[in-house]
Amino acid sequence: MDIKNKILAIAPESVVENEELLTISVSAKDFRAVVEWIKSKEGGSFDYLQDLIGVDNGESLGVIYRLFSTQTNTALVLKTATIDRENPEIMTVSDLWESANLYEREVYDFFGIKFINHPDMRRLFLRHDWVGYPLRKDYDMSSNPLSMKNQTPEMMETTETLTLDSEGNVKGSQFQIFGEKEYVVNIGPQHPATHGVLHLRVSLDGETVKKIDPNFGYIHRGIEKMSESYTYPQILHLADRLDYLSGTMNRHAVCLCVEKALGLEVPQRAQYIRTIFDELTRIASHLLGWGCMCMDMGSITAFIYGMRDREKIMDIFEENGGGRLMCNYSVIGGLSKDVTPSFVSKVKEFIPYMRKMLKEYHILFTGNPIARGRMKDIGFLSKEDAISYGVTGPSGRASGWMNDVRVLEPYAAYDKVKFDVVMREEGGTYERYIVRLDEIEQSLRIIEQLIDNLPDDGFITKPKAIIKLPEGEWFQRVENARGDFGVYISSKGDKSPYRIKFRSPCMTLVSALNPTVCGEKIADLIMIGASLDYVIPCIDR
Amino acid sequence: MFDFSVVTTWIDELLRVTLGLNNFWTLFIEFILIGVVLLAVYAIIALILIYVERKICAFFQCRIGPNRVGKWGLIQPIADMIKILLKEIITLKNNDKFLFYLAPFFVIVGSILTFAALPFGLGLHAVDFNVGIVYILAVSSLGIIGILLAGWSSNNKYTLIGAMRSGSQLVSYELSAALSLMTIVVMAGSMQISTIVEEQSDMWFIFKGNIPAIVAFVIYMIAGHAETNRGPFDLPEAESELTAGYHTEYSGISFGLFYVAEYLNLFITSAIAATVFLGGWMPLHIPGLDGFNAVMDYIPSVIWFFGKAAFCVFLQMWVRWTFPRLRIDQLLKFEWKILMPIALVNLLVMAVCVVVF
Repeated sequence: MDIKNKILAIAPESVVENEELLTISVSAKDFRAVVEWIKSKEGGSFDYLQDLIGVDNGESLGVIYRLFSTQTNTALVLKTATIDRENPEIMTVSDLWESANLYEREVYDFFGIKFINHPDMRRLFLRHDWVGYPLRKDYDMSSNPLSMKNQTPEMMETTETLTLDSEGNVKGSQFQIFGEKEYVVNIGPQHPATHGVLHLRVSLDGETVKKIDPNFGYIHRGIEKMSESYTYPQILHLADRLDYLSGTMNRHAVCLCVEKALGLEVPQRAQYIRTIFDELTRIASHLLGWGCMCMDMGSITAFIYGMRDREKIMDIFEENGGGRLMCNYSVIGGLSKDVTPSFVSKVKEFIPYMRKMLKEYHILFTGNPIARGRMKDIGFLSKEDAISYGVTGPSGRASGWMNDVRVLEPYAAYDKVKFDVVMREEGGTYERYIVRLDEIEQSLRIIEQLIDNLPDDGFITKPKAIIKLPEGEWFQRVENARGDFGVYISSKGDKSPYRIKFRSPCMTLVSALNPTVCGEKIADLIMIGASLDYVIPCIDR
Repeated sequence: MFDFSVVTTWIDELLRVTLGLNNFWTLFIEFILIGVVLLAVYAIIALILIYVERKICAFFQCRIGPNRVGKWGLIQPIADMIKILLKEIITLKNNDKFLFYLAPFFVIVGSILTFAALPFGLGLHAVDFNVGIVYILAVSSLGIIGILLAGWSSNNKYTLIGAMRSGSQLVSYELSAALSLMTIVVMAGSMQISTIVEEQSDMWFIFKGNIPAIVAFVIYMIAGHAETNRGPFDLPEAESELTAGYHTEYSGISFGLFYVAEYLNLFITSAIAATVFLGGWMPLHIPGLDGFNAVMDYIPSVIWFFGKAAFCVFLQMWVRWTFPRLRIDQLLKFEWKILMPIALVNLLVMAVCVVVF
């Protein structure tokens, strides 16, 4: 392949690890030249950095870059590593892909890899007085004993950036995050409108937002670290608890990834029902997202309407899966149990009901002059920014970026149904709002096509009692309610993964707050945040 | 129609003649009596409004609302009141304690002073003098000071932003409210509230004043709604961005005072609208239909007054539970570029109408 040969020409020491999903391992020395080339037009313009995964290879610390070209939808996996475990340093890519800004901070937080030229090298999830880097394999679990003292460290007021001087020496320089005279307001971690425990430090000029500094980690549960000692069926439950509003889809993603690794053929019936459940979850999530956005604009009635209709979906989940929010339904190989006899009729009842309610929403809220006045002409995110910041899902599609994984990489029964990918070009708040409501209609269409044609070939292909994945690594993407949810599993042949990484669509959404909100009013910060529709536990993991 | 001045005159004579008190002591006792009655009515209306608001809001939102304490949850506001009275008042460090505790009283005093000037029924009118409308406008603005003080003395960024918003909002909307009331003053030819009510004995001003009066009524309802800090004009306490705006730091009864004042301001705005535009306690009289008018007169004046006020309260609650919130720049633009010019032109039209016809 063309790209492969060119990369080998730029960096002759590179190793091609996989031809099918082009995976190339580049040395840290040549890395920067390679990424600059692949980002450029000749290099295939890989403009979408889907995920950036830190790994501990034992003797070396590495980073995996999962890249896509939005024009050709070709995928590329780049790897680089450094042998220096004491002072690991890799060149940043945050100037090429904005989404790398937070990803690299995450890798620094968990693996201690410092990214040279990164503008803001702080920890992302853990407190800055945390000792050690927890996802390294040699991390001492006793290095951070439980402190019973009620002490919280001061917020970091300064940050560091590392630069290379002409002789190749690394130099660190400190600078202030906010200036002395800036009026900084803390929004969160406890705040009625942050949709969870998100902490935004916002610099204000009167009512106008000047700069946003997001602080994560208030609900960091170390799911990736925990998963390294859990078995695969156990990990499914953790996946539910990432983005709790698209729990079904996240679980589906992990199931698909493990099934791919095991080479397990899932029955058609299970695939159909999984798809229906995914779409129902999407509707439920969009209803909540819509309701929350309305509530953030002060319309509590609309929120209650959204919750009321979501309840119908929750009832269907409860009846079939047993759980409501996390319905624990997909398992590796299929479903935990078959659907109840009333499932089909309940879903068929729900579809016309939801259509009727959608009309009501438009009358109540979309057509409301105040709501339109609030949403129109603010919070623009250009297509280029959306791609660079990795803003996927409905928010990205509102900016005109066709990023629907259901179409790009069909899974389950998505290749058997017809639906439109809802797109808008302008990328404003109103577009993000309307895309969500229109997607509900498309989800109903998908369910309608599947619900009458459920095949009858069993609901599970039972895997072995103890699931051990062969040695290797697998990626899986699904479209959850917020965008591109990715799972990366690296296995050494054990019954628990060597490294598992969840690509959170919400983290990139929060990073996109800066370009969308700055210059708008503080009231719009909350509303634009709601229109991006992030879920905090998905960010913090 | 029962004239309540019978009762008040009887009390006055009881004190002066039967008990033989001199002028000072008579007035002293009467003032205290009126004060106690007004405060009691104030508190009762607040409780009723809190219950009504919760029920109405629930019905708009397809819920049931409070239904556990007492029949249909009727005791709920009383339980809430006891709870809020017993709650701890959290003291803050690094704030201006004196102003912090003073602020709720400004708000509550402002609203009680306005409340006293309402004509509750025929002969039930505590404060009534020749510039009644100006008095109402003046004392109802006292609340702004309380809100600004609350926001500033809490030493908190949210409260400060909330207070600044509140200040700009109330000062702006006060203008439209005053202008629309002036429109009716032009028509009535008097600022005395009792005269304004008397003038409506043949027909309420909203019908008598044709289009200018209707426009003034709509403007007053919008501006009055904005002055009560309720949605869609609830920016000062915009829950989703400023947690609770200017009263974020208040707890216990000092928060309760803000809460009660908010509900009473809702009632006061509605009551003023009812008095000035809908005839106050005056029954619906249609000239020429004497039989109909006589039947209307059998309904007590207090019921007319509270009925009309309740209608306006319901309108305001309907609006609050339907619309989303405005943004600060939209809010001010709406007032200064739309509402106030219309109110000014409307006042002029009304003046021309009164002079010409």
